[in-house]
Parts: sequence; C-alpha cells; structure tokens
Amino acid sequence: MSVLPADLSLPRAVAVVTPYTVPTALMDALQIVILVLVAAGATMVVLTRVPVRQVIALSAYGLLLALLFLAFQAPDVTLSQITVGAVVLPVLLLLTLSKVRKKEK
Amino acid sequence: MQYLPFVVVAWILAVGLYGIVTSRHLVHQIICLIVVQSSTYVLLLGVGYVTGAVAPYFYDVPVHTAAVDSVVQALALTDVVVEAAVTALLLAFAVQADKRFGTLDPHELVKLRG
Amino acid sequence: MTPGLRRGLFLAGLAGFLAFYLWGLTGLPGFGHYPGPYGFIINSIAVGQTKATGVVSAVNFEYRGFDTVGEEFILFAAATGIATVLRHLRADEDETDSDGAAVLGEGASDTVRLAALLFTGPTVLLGWYLASHAQTSPSGGFQGGVVLATAFVLVYLGGDLVTFRRISPNDLVDSAGAVGAGGFAAVGLTALALGLPYLDNFLPLGAKPGAVSSSGTIALISFFVGIEVAAAFVLITSEFVRQTLAASARSGA
Repeated sequence: MSVLPADLSLPRAVAVVTPYTVPTALMDALQIVILVLVAAGATMVVLTRVPVRQVIALSAYGLLLALLFLAFQAPDVTLSQITVGAVVLPVLLLLTLSKVRKKEK
Repeated sequence: MQYLPFVVVAWILAVGLYGIVTSRHLVHQIICLIVVQSSTYVLLLGVGYVTGAVAPYFYDVPVHTAAVDSVVQALALTDVVVEAAVTALLLAFAVQADKRFGTLDPHELVKLRG
Repeated sequence: MTPGLRRGLFLAGLAGFLAFYLWGLTGLPGFGHYPGPYGFIINSIAVGQTKATGVVSAVNFEYRGFDTVGEEFILFAAATGIATVLRHLRADEDETDSDGAAVLGEGASDTVRLAALLFTGPTVLLGWYLASHAQTSPSGGFQGGVVLATAFVLVYLGGDLVTFRRISPNDLVDSAGAVGAGGFAAVGLTALALGLPYLDNFLPLGAKPGAVSSSGTIALISFFVGIEVAAAFVLITSEFVRQTLAASARSGA
C-alpha cells in the first residue's frame, strides 16, 4: 500500500450519515426482496414461450433490474438499464417479430 | 445475506442457459441470451457493494464519505448499452435467416446446408 | 441428437459447473465486505485530480478511457454490421419507398399520438442534459445518447412515419455516427500530437469541482460519445423500420 498519497484518509465501510442514508437493516431487507423478485422474473421470462408475450415480460424484467441497481447504489447503471432494457430492446424485438410474421402471412 | 446475490446470479445464469438450450424459436433464444447477460451486471455490482455506503457522486456530500466501488459501475454501464447493440445485430441475423431459410426453428436450421 | 439427449447433457454439464461455482463462493469475502483498495483509492483521489464530482464518468473517460474507446467501437461496428446486413437484404427485395409510406401512417390511437407529442420535446432536452453533464451527476454520454435516440423512436411510435423518415435520413445518421466515433479518437490523437500519452487530459481543468466547464476532456469526450450512441441507435431503429415497411408493401397489406 505504498502507492497511496501521504495525506489520504480511507474510511472503510463506515456508515456516515448523509441526507441519503437509510438504516442498514432496511436496505438489507429491500435488497433481499428485490433479488428474489429478479430471480422470479428471470424464470418467468424464460418460461414464456410465445415471443410477443415474452417481450412484455422482458420489459417488466428490465424495470425490476433497474430497481435492483438502484438498491445497489448505482444510479448511472439504473439510467442505462431503464432506457435500454425497457424501451429500446422491446421496440427492436417487436419490429423484428412484425417483420417475421408478415412473411408468414 | 452474505451470498444471496451470487446465488441469484447462478440461478439467472442457469435459467437463461436452459432457455437457450431448449428453445424452438430464434427470437426466444435471443431473449434468453439477454437474460444471461443481465446476470453478469448483477454479479459486477454485487462484487463492488460496501455496506452502509452511498453512491460515488460527491456533488453534495463531502469528498471522503464511504462510497461503493465506482470501477465496476463504469464497467456495467458501458456493458448495458453495448450489449444492446450486439443483440440488435443478432436480431438482424435472425431476420436474414428467416428470409433465406424460411424457418426460425434452431433445430431445423441445423439440418440445412448452404 | 434428440432434444431429450440434449437436455440431459446440458443438465449434467450445468450440475458440474454449479458445483464448482458454489465451492468457489465460499472463498469470497461476502456481499458488502468489499476488501480491495482500488475502489477506495479512486473514490478518494478522483475529485482532487480531475475536478469531476461524478467519479464513475471520470473512471470511464479518464482513468480507463482506453477501454471506453474499445467499447464505443464495438457499438460502432455493431451498427455498421446491422446496416450492411439489412440494407443488402432490402436491396434484394423490391425497393418500395413511396408506396410503403402510404400504407402505414394510420393506426395509432389519439392517446398514443398525444403522449408522443407531449414527451418528445422533454426527452430531447433530457438527452442533451445527460450527455453534457457527465462530470457532475449520474449522467454521461452513453445514457444521454440512448435517451436522445428514444425521442426519435417516440416520433415513430406516434404513428408519424413520414416525419420519422424525414428526420433520420441515411446520410445524416451515418455521418453523425462517424463524427462521434472519430471525434473520440481525435481527442486522443490530439493529446498524442501535444507530446502527452494517448487520451491524456490536456484541456484546462477548471476551478470549481462539479461545474459544467470543469474536468477538461471528460466533458468533451462524453459529448462525442453521446452523439455516436444516439446516431447508432437511430440507425438501428430506422433500418428495422424500413424492413417492416418492405415486408408490408410486398404482401400488399
């Protein structure tokens, strides 16, 4: 650890009180609930076999993931996940499905 | 709680891979691939989490507040956007496959030659 | 290989993989007990060194800027690949530009059109804000670019296909993507021309951490990345939309 500057102080996992802190037990409970919901959501997405319904399930799963990233204190990744996983990917998937289906008709 | 996020990562990975292996529709396979990719985001963010810490943005909190790891967040951030574009490329190939071979069933596509 | 045999093989392999994975889990420090010094060091010195209060963007565009160049070119290559595959596919079928535009254009209900009308302006504003404030708050080029592309998608979803095709012509979108990707590389090459390492921060850092004009090249790179990501996603969406147009016009719907 000799690469650190001399005047550096590294607080290690100390719960400093800021305007944004919640009690640790509450954060733990929130994270456990959202993790279980994410696992259930992934199972639901895979077990839906009809592609159009699966796209709707994917959009809901994307929003659940965004909530999980927010509970993990990562607002940047939440922004990316909301826009990409709940908007852009379902639009592209539905456009592909409409192109494929029109061929069948 | 010590290992729950990592167990959830293994579960999502297993479920997604099962969906890819037993799929009968190319677009269903691509959506299961999206699920597998999402497990890596959860793993990255789970590794970097510090109990009781805030997000690493110091605009209105003092600079030496305990914050979660910012390097894995940078990795996950670019990950999400870039893999969406790669998934779109896979969808373009699926459209091409449908036009060329007339079917989107992976089990049928294996049997075709040229 | 029958489906049953395939599933059995997969489950056997998965069982082995999960055994090793769960055995390896026991050696981890556990969730929340992050041990490594790298994250703590970056969080402590980033604001002082780069005058950027958004440490994640500072890591993305300054400390690990070379990885971000690689990721952006992955995005660029994927968009180019999609354009190649789908434009070639479109050339094979009949090119029915004007006929296709007459087929669609109805079909979106009034509620959807009103929502698209109300939300397009604020979405563009939000996208510009996110792409230009990477160094202060949770924002950055990647998110801002995707939100900007979402505004174009809103125009299409509002049922206004003719306007969508008018605001996203091929030449403009292609050159915007090239400007974004090339601009990022050019910033790095400018640092090389000045005798510094590639992608070094050579612009003045500003006085106050967290101001919009602070942090040198981070804001500039984030702006270029925003343009490139927006152009790539608009290109992808417009190529897919043109595919559905060609299909519907051909089937005579």
